Amino acid sequence: MAERTLRGKVAIAGIGETTYYRHGKSPDSEFKLALQAIVRACEDAGISPHDIDGFASYGGDRSDGPRLAAALGIKTLRFSNMFWGGGGGGVCGAVGNAGAAVATGMADCVVAFRSLAQGQYARYGRGAPVASVGGDAAFTAPYGMMSPAQMFAMKVTRFMATNGISDTALRAISLACYHHAQNNPNAVMRGRPLDEAMYDASRWIIEPHFHLYDCCQENDGAAAVIVVPAEQAKDFRTTPAYLLACGQGGDHRSAAPVHNMPDYPGSHFKALAPRMYDMAQLSPAEIDIVQCYENFTGGVLMSLVEHGLVKADEANEVLTPENLKAPGGKMPLNTSGGNLAECYMHGLELVIEAVRQIRGTAINQSARRDTAIVIGGPMVTPVSSLILGSEASL
Amino acid sequence: MSTTYLPSGLPAPSSAPDGLSQPFWDGTRQRRLMIQKCSGCGAHQWGPEWICHRCHSFDLDWVEVQGSGRIYSYEKPHHPVHQALSGHGPYVIVLVELDGVNVRMLGNLLGDPAQKVEIGATVEAVFEPHDDADPPYTLVQWRRID
Repeated sequence: MAERTLRGKVAIAGIGETTYYRHGKSPDSEFKLALQAIVRACEDAGISPHDIDGFASYGGDRSDGPRLAAALGIKTLRFSNMFWGGGGGGVCGAVGNAGAAVATGMADCVVAFRSLAQGQYARYGRGAPVASVGGDAAFTAPYGMMSPAQMFAMKVTRFMATNGISDTALRAISLACYHHAQNNPNAVMRGRPLDEAMYDASRWIIEPHFHLYDCCQENDGAAAVIVVPAEQAKDFRTTPAYLLACGQGGDHRSAAPVHNMPDYPGSHFKALAPRMYDMAQLSPAEIDIVQCYENFTGGVLMSLVEHGLVKADEANEVLTPENLKAPGGKMPLNTSGGNLAECYMHGLELVIEAVRQIRGTAINQSARRDTAIVIGGPMVTPVSSLILGSEASL
Repeated sequence: MSTTYLPSGLPAPSSAPDGLSQPFWDGTRQRRLMIQKCSGCGAHQWGPEWICHRCHSFDLDWVEVQGSGRIYSYEKPHHPVHQALSGHGPYVIVLVELDGVNVRMLGNLLGDPAQKVEIGATVEAVFEPHDDADPPYTLVQWRRID
């Protein structure tokens, strides 16, 4: 029986992004943004949008596959797929689902994408103006716990306390993201550099660990990647970034209600990370570049620990701005600015940046660029991660 | 008028749409803290589920538990995310591990929001009726006892 793996079976051949806007500032509708990102990804790959035969997304994207297929004049729609769960937990899962469809012959050219114009719909960081709430929210919202930040701060408080981790580790993550954004023309926070004093003086969103600069933006934009069979990857105009592994899911009962998941606090990658490294045939030490979804910096911290990239008891020493900055840092992190400072594109901007790093075309290019990990949406459930590699990594 | 920790106007708890949590909210109206206990294997379970995740029995009872425990984690939101909290200032939410039953519950920590909150501190449940609401409901809050 053939080995069951995605390793080296598919590649990302095209990447596309719209202009990234502050929330509410997009002159274009969310659906038009999706179309723009997909058309740009096709231009990057050197194909016609007519050649796409599948769509994969996540986070309840409103731009649904069949509508995109009709608008773009797709000849045959062979794959139309949505990853369960909110936020960016599904960003790598959507790419992996596209990869699985292509690797198994269900489709030949699948777009994984996210379109999000938060100014045109409800914001994530506001409680819904409703008279009553049922389900899990009945046990949280009446106590003033409504936003993602409030749901996740409870985990971060416990993690920081039980592991003795200082806020300087969280500050380093934020500083690295803002540093990288200053060179990036498409970064929303370009021209707004951050330093330690500004971070320390910034207002509390939630004590004791969520300063303003620990929290992601809310934005308008869209982003897309094109997934093709590995054996055809060199037929496109770009340097292929091969999918070495993808993992998705959660830990034992990570969706248990009212903060009763057994492994608490966690970002829900403990089970999937080792299996993903096995598929990639890599160890954490062999990862060159890290793109880790910052809904909140505390989630980055927990994700890095659960992926074996940082040990919890070494976090205070390892997580410094110097170590996290490209090109010279030991572990370049979120090299285009990430959700904090480039755009909250629900992490798809992190996948695109990982591709640019593998290609060697990133603005803040890392010297080591054969392997890149992308970690999606920590602390939600389900979550997902992936590893990309250069041809040399295969 | 009821005296409540947070201002009025926040969403009221409901057992909608499926009625699963109704025995809990019926219990708090009577100042009783009720959680699920499996008739099949005897394990307590919280939050509410239709099935026991251990033995897959659908026969889940509701039993009263002691309203005492320890602070497992906490947070102090400053930024208001709901109209009812605009201008209110910071407040404390605690996650409490109940004594003896291996479950956690969430609520506000009563008292001065500026108080120092310590993980591991012992707390007890305080029932907070919202009698003026339609329909009335009662929240479970927490108070330091050490």
